[in-house]
Amino acid sequence: MNPAVSLKTTPLNEIHRRLGAKMVDFGGWDMPVQYTSILEEHHAVRRAVGLFDVGHMGEIEVRGPEALNLVEYVTTNAVSRLEIGQAQYSGLLYRHGGFADDVLVHKVDDDHYFLCVNASNQEKDHEHISIANSWKTNVEFASDRYAQMAIQGPKALATLQKLTPVKLDGIRNYHFVDGEVSGVPARVARTGYTGEDGFEIYVAPDEAPAIWTGLLEAGEEFGILPCGLGARNTLRLEAKMALYGHEIHASITPYEADLGWIVKLEKPDFIGKRALEKQKAEGIRRKLVGFEMRGRGIARDGYEVLIDGLPAGWVTSGGPSPTLNKNIGLCYLPAELAAPGRTIQILIRNQPVEAITVATPFYKRAK
Amino acid sequence: MYPENLRYTKEHEWVLIEGDTATVGITDHAQKELGDIVYVDLPKAGASVQAGKTLGSVESVKAVSDIYSPLTGEVAEINELLSSAPEKLNEDPHGTAWLVKLKMSAPEEAGQLMHAADYQAYIGE
Repeated sequence: MNPAVSLKTTPLNEIHRRLGAKMVDFGGWDMPVQYTSILEEHHAVRRAVGLFDVGHMGEIEVRGPEALNLVEYVTTNAVSRLEIGQAQYSGLLYRHGGFADDVLVHKVDDDHYFLCVNASNQEKDHEHISIANSWKTNVEFASDRYAQMAIQGPKALATLQKLTPVKLDGIRNYHFVDGEVSGVPARVARTGYTGEDGFEIYVAPDEAPAIWTGLLEAGEEFGILPCGLGARNTLRLEAKMALYGHEIHASITPYEADLGWIVKLEKPDFIGKRALEKQKAEGIRRKLVGFEMRGRGIARDGYEVLIDGLPAGWVTSGGPSPTLNKNIGLCYLPAELAAPGRTIQILIRNQPVEAITVATPFYKRAK
Repeated sequence: MYPENLRYTKEHEWVLIEGDTATVGITDHAQKELGDIVYVDLPKAGASVQAGKTLGSVESVKAVSDIYSPLTGEVAEINELLSSAPEKLNEDPHGTAWLVKLKMSAPEEAGQLMHAADYQAYIGE
């Protein structure tokens, strides 16, 4: 049996293959990991503009007069503070305080919220939200109705502006507009997962190929590159944005993941609130912290971290930072040892290699 | 693409045999699969290596991969170029970016290695 048969595809799959992308099984999705070179694609985003197919991401729509109550109950951040056209990073937790997922909540209208969730969690998230839905408000699994592309980098705005009448410089960071791109309805959000300025575009699946091609043409003068999941990962790591299954998962709480800012304990009850209140009162035992390699070697996800030769934690993500030209990573350490400036060792193929904890993010764009 | 004078392994290493010395590298197919190579970890000169056992590792942006020694012997020389310019492995894997030279202790093992045509068929190119 050909295992590729069972992989899910986005509407841009044929285009990726035509562009010669290297395709991988990413959580059951047949996705491009790179087109030419992860390094080139990474630099294109930092210096000019890059285009990503992120159509594997999931969409869940919550509608009805009680929509706010449900979204407020299933997420950690203050949904009531959103204005129409605003997006918010948030956590979807289990009762014990661990992450079911991280999500972007978009307020489309007073009675309509649009959630963008991780590809591999989308069915689980839909079920998680549906089970909590004692308000009997409408919760729709809407992933099949959307393709998603991300255009990111200092020239993202200039590129996308050629294809849309929406005044892009009027969209503030973490805000969105429902308008048109290439003459078809599109949701254009000033969000991203790279640490650069840019937009995420949601359109009907059938419209995605024409918009993708149009964006690559529009960005040609800036040196646009199609970018795969490889560059997406190096970019988000430099910006210290969490990846589900790595920095966050069912056994990790927002406080441990250095994401306390997405938890609003003052709001009414939400799933996981009691566990988080308890953890806040008692203090966290472990904490996510960034590090740079001092010795030769590259830390990778899952490697053990030692302090003074004793096991102290584990690496959640690691690799070369193309922008900083250093080998960087994120790891969990006992909270009292997680301050920047501490010498640690990463166990790389049974050899302890020296690293030092550092302040994060590793990379922050100039405003 | 795959020179006739080299021999190849299923793990995508190549070997050039000259007298009792074997120069070892990774194939063009291997570098393409790995993508941008950023770090090469090699044994020290004088280390003994065994056919089929780990010789070192190559790291791309994305992941780390083991290199297996095609032959048994002693490391006579390592390619210093790769510590300062690991990207050469992407550019010239069959030439200047060789990994190590081995002094073979069991030259008969070379009989097990693939010829260029067989390797090309093996990787489907």
